[in-house]
Amino acid sequence: MSKVRTLILLAPGTNCDVETEVAFQQAGAETFSVHIGELIRREKRLSDYHIMVIPGGFTYGDDISAGKVLANELRLKLGEDVERFVEKGGLILGICNGFQVLVKAGILPDSLLTSPLKGEEQGEGDKITLSVNDSGRFECRWVYLSVNQESPCVFTKGIAHMYLPVAHGAGKVVVPRDIGLARGLPHLNTVLYYTDEHGNTSAGYPYNPNGSVGNIAGICDSSGRVFGLMPHPERHIRGTQHPRWTRRGAEDYGDGFQVFLNAVEWAGNL
Amino acid sequence: MHRIEVRLKHDFPDAGGLGLVRDIHDLGITTVSDIRVVDIYWLDADLTSAELELICRSLLADPVTQEYQYDQDSWGGDGYHIVEVAYNAGVADPVEATIMKAVRDLGIEKVRAVRTAKRYLIEGQLDKRQLEVICNRLLVNPIIQHVVEQGAVIFPENPQYRFKLERIDILKSTEGELLKIRQQFGFSDDELRAIIDYFHRRGQDPTDVELETLAQTWSEHCVHKTFKGRIKFGDITVDNLLRSTIMKATEELNKPWCLSVFEDNAGVIDFDGQWALCFKVETHNHPSAVEPYGGAATGIGGVVRDIMGTGLGAKPILNTDVFCFGPPDFPYDRLPRGVLHPRRIFKGVRAGVADYGNRLGIPTLNGAVLFDERYVANPLVFCGTVGLLPRKISQMGQQSSGDLVVLAGGKTGRDGIHGVTFASEQLTEESTAVSYSSVQIGDPIVEKKLIDALLQARDRGLYSRITDCGGGGLSSAVGEMAEDTGVRVYLEKVPLKYAGLSYSEIWISESQERMALAVPPNCVEELLTIFANNDVEATVIGEFTNDRRLQLFYQGNPVCDLNMEFLHHGRPQLTAETVWEKPWHDEPDFAPPQDLTKSLLNVLGAWDVCSKEWVIRQYDHEVQGGSVLKPLVGKNNDGPGDAAIIKPLPDSKKGVIVSNGINPKYGEIDPYWMAASAIDEALRQIIAVGGNLKRVALLDNFCWGNTSRPDMLGALVQAAQACHDMAVVFETPFISGKDSLNNEFQFEGKVISVPHTLLISAIGVMEDVSRAISMDFKQAGDLIYLVGTTSSEMGGSEYFRLNAFIGNTVPEVNPHEAKELMNKLSEATEKGLVKACHDLSEGGLGDAVAEMAFAGGLGAIVHLKSVPLEESIDREDFILFSESNTRFLVEVAPGNGAEFEKMMEGIKLAAIGQVTDAETLEIYGLNGRKVVDTSIHELKDAWQRPIRW
Repeated sequence: MSKVRTLILLAPGTNCDVETEVAFQQAGAETFSVHIGELIRREKRLSDYHIMVIPGGFTYGDDISAGKVLANELRLKLGEDVERFVEKGGLILGICNGFQVLVKAGILPDSLLTSPLKGEEQGEGDKITLSVNDSGRFECRWVYLSVNQESPCVFTKGIAHMYLPVAHGAGKVVVPRDIGLARGLPHLNTVLYYTDEHGNTSAGYPYNPNGSVGNIAGICDSSGRVFGLMPHPERHIRGTQHPRWTRRGAEDYGDGFQVFLNAVEWAGNL
Repeated sequence: MHRIEVRLKHDFPDAGGLGLVRDIHDLGITTVSDIRVVDIYWLDADLTSAELELICRSLLADPVTQEYQYDQDSWGGDGYHIVEVAYNAGVADPVEATIMKAVRDLGIEKVRAVRTAKRYLIEGQLDKRQLEVICNRLLVNPIIQHVVEQGAVIFPENPQYRFKLERIDILKSTEGELLKIRQQFGFSDDELRAIIDYFHRRGQDPTDVELETLAQTWSEHCVHKTFKGRIKFGDITVDNLLRSTIMKATEELNKPWCLSVFEDNAGVIDFDGQWALCFKVETHNHPSAVEPYGGAATGIGGVVRDIMGTGLGAKPILNTDVFCFGPPDFPYDRLPRGVLHPRRIFKGVRAGVADYGNRLGIPTLNGAVLFDERYVANPLVFCGTVGLLPRKISQMGQQSSGDLVVLAGGKTGRDGIHGVTFASEQLTEESTAVSYSSVQIGDPIVEKKLIDALLQARDRGLYSRITDCGGGGLSSAVGEMAEDTGVRVYLEKVPLKYAGLSYSEIWISESQERMALAVPPNCVEELLTIFANNDVEATVIGEFTNDRRLQLFYQGNPVCDLNMEFLHHGRPQLTAETVWEKPWHDEPDFAPPQDLTKSLLNVLGAWDVCSKEWVIRQYDHEVQGGSVLKPLVGKNNDGPGDAAIIKPLPDSKKGVIVSNGINPKYGEIDPYWMAASAIDEALRQIIAVGGNLKRVALLDNFCWGNTSRPDMLGALVQAAQACHDMAVVFETPFISGKDSLNNEFQFEGKVISVPHTLLISAIGVMEDVSRAISMDFKQAGDLIYLVGTTSSEMGGSEYFRLNAFIGNTVPEVNPHEAKELMNKLSEATEKGLVKACHDLSEGGLGDAVAEMAFAGGLGAIVHLKSVPLEESIDREDFILFSESNTRFLVEVAPGNGAEFEKMMEGIKLAAIGQVTDAETLEIYGLNGRKVVDTSIHELKDAWQRPIRW
């Protein structure tokens, strides 16, 4: 079987690309760092890959709002390619800034890429967004996560809990009050919740580091193949990345590694 | 022209506005209750309302949380104080370029220009003066911003520059005129005389840019003339202080793993035979005093470029930051006029470093924050970066004549003009008012793109040499690069942020995010393509020659022609006299307290000791995925780790350890032992986390008062001598360093100098990161060993400071014994006998055992009578809080005690207590009486409370 080909999308200000690449390589994939300009100029084609990852960073400096400019670029210049990529079974993963991009492009929670509801006309297009943390600050800390077992997300199959770091200033999941969480984000689209160490999904700050509604940390589309999350699974693929490995001994792999193994395994079976 | 306003819908809290409210309270104005911030965008174009709707809905406003309006009366109205702040004409806001691009992405091509502003709607009682204070201190930086008045011109024509060659009359000037020139350019008497001689021989007055070039090249900041000076100390004359102390240690040690020392932008050591590490720490003090955010961002941006400019270019992998500020509780009414409050400086510096460092994707893993009243007007900001580069390109490159000069990165503006001379001068009450022009405007994304493009070009071998444009701009970068060849630069080719710059301003501008490269002509096309693909500018601006002349041209006109020999070697060596006498401070006469619990809580809550979690969390310390030992460790990820460890290569077990040592309080008593203590402290931390001394290199950063005063310089000589003496014995060579002198402030006719401040940064290589240990107690029942001996070395201690004394008995270091102790402890750790280890520093034994206990969520029982003493001490408080060097607390499993003691044979140590699961700390005095008895939660709270902002 040929190797799973993973595209690591680069844009000005991307900065978690190398460790994301390492995570996919260790999970058995072949990785290709591709600048968004190369896709727009058609020097590279999305359809040549099985997985596309939008890594963390501060694309375009997070000017205007976090992830917005890359989101528009993706939607307006590559919208149809992205839609076709997902339809044909491709996987998309957005981590941190990549999650912000997927939400603001209308790719999550469900694709509005080619829908007339997004952008050009007034409508009930946008049900969720990611906004500035309640603390008003960038925060780097480790968070407990639990996985919604009913979610179709292929990245989190077989995972119940994870312990991962977050590092962001605008990771608060927001749903307009007049829409409400239930309509804004169906239960099945929710993948990850911030919890305390006992798995309580209504734990407050700092367990919920940004004030996200419903303690939501990550969501997927209804196919389960498009997944975005604020925490960084690529920063916990080895035991020695755990903040307390010197207390409990280092495991071979970190909690986040399974996310990459799942993705590569799923893509390999296509 | 269209004006668009965007704000949060009313039911969403404005976190940015609330942060501003807190900052205003920090200014001492407590009547402001709420602030809402409106983003203003002006678009220079004629747009239809459909187009405006599209731009607002799809780009500028978040459809869920924000609302917008365009071409209507501004939001605001009654009940608010309204301030609208925009960038000055000619200042490029990075966001504007992004918006232009994003609007084009929407298919709208006709927008000619974009300007942005912020409109603050401030709620609360304020008088005119208070509003002015808020504007001046928080909302407006006058060099880049202004308050928008009604009817202001938003898109003005940029002023154009018309070439006119300026010459400065020095050959026929009067003494008075010469004095003015000397002051204007910051030359000494000797220097100006040498310059007049040179231009006499040439037979023509210098141009302005020639004198500017000499001023930059000969500034303290660039050549370190004090450290290279001839210094008389009693009967002894030292020719070049640096060479005869710090660099001499490196030469004597002659370690084969030192690859490049004291010549490049950073020092370089071997990592694993294939890769090398480089390390540099810079200071950015004066700009941070007047504009903390911008100044500090510039500091981190600059040191990162030093790393990119080392060898043929390194990848930055770790940042470390050390700050010295005035106490956060400093009373407003004692604040000197024109000085920002320490809290404001602290917050601004932190934000600047974090915003810049986080955006670059470099983990900030290590640091320290110290406080003293003498830093109130002159804060110190040390920014350090470690880089990783292939060993085979670790040497500084060398260009050939005919290679092209390429300027890469950001455009050039009027930023930081005269920053170098500013950095080398004394601050005055007027500094805050007049020196904004020395603060530079940063754009970290340009720097990130620059890193990305440079690493690609480096790996294809497309350039022969690289250096950063830092202090002194092109003048320093290109002038230094071309020392051995010569160069011709065509200044009109330099890409500008805005029109109106003179040739001289272009040459000395300190605009950020720029690197200078020497590129062989056959590589230039490929190199420029790489930069274009990464969306970052690169321009050929000249060529290297073989005539050893610095020739500058502007639109075909020669504007500068200096001989490289004179520029780089014509400066007369500085000579200075020094004295140093050990000062005498009152010896304390307070009685030892019966109960030391309160003293311990006070020590833990002291500004220098208390938790800095508030700062640390706002830095990304996980990016790049390499961290093995983080700045916060322990059961709840909130204990104070000793040194940071990263594993930079995914397929290697090898680690990099970074630590720092600094204690200005000891300098009050004896700068020699202060320096020795700082080195001991930096090395202790490396040992504490499981490292060893086999491959450790040091950096020195001196921040001193005015060294033209003999006693100030005498103290500097003492400290430099200690650096030599310690490094030679520990076998830890210095590989790079930096000094910032003249850190003093004129206030009401008095001169206030910063305390003698020496930061020692250490970098070590660790064979296997899985041997790392953290400082938190791991298990009840384990033994607690105190390794090393305690003396009543209370001088400069935190305990004395809290009792308002300095004292005279400063901690000393016996480097021979210290080295033996550290080596044995490393071996014991390597063998797996050490479960936790913490070095003893500020607050001594009491502080260390408390931190280990609450970080581990466990209690401890400790007996002071078991503490190994150098000589008899009858005061329990002295035993508990002595800051004697080279001491460690070590947790050992009871079954391993005998083996640990055997391995440590020859070293004074004792089991002084035990880890318990009682969650209390109990310390028993010399006669068995309990002197400390408190819960670890109370201890932790005392430690966390001061900076829980």
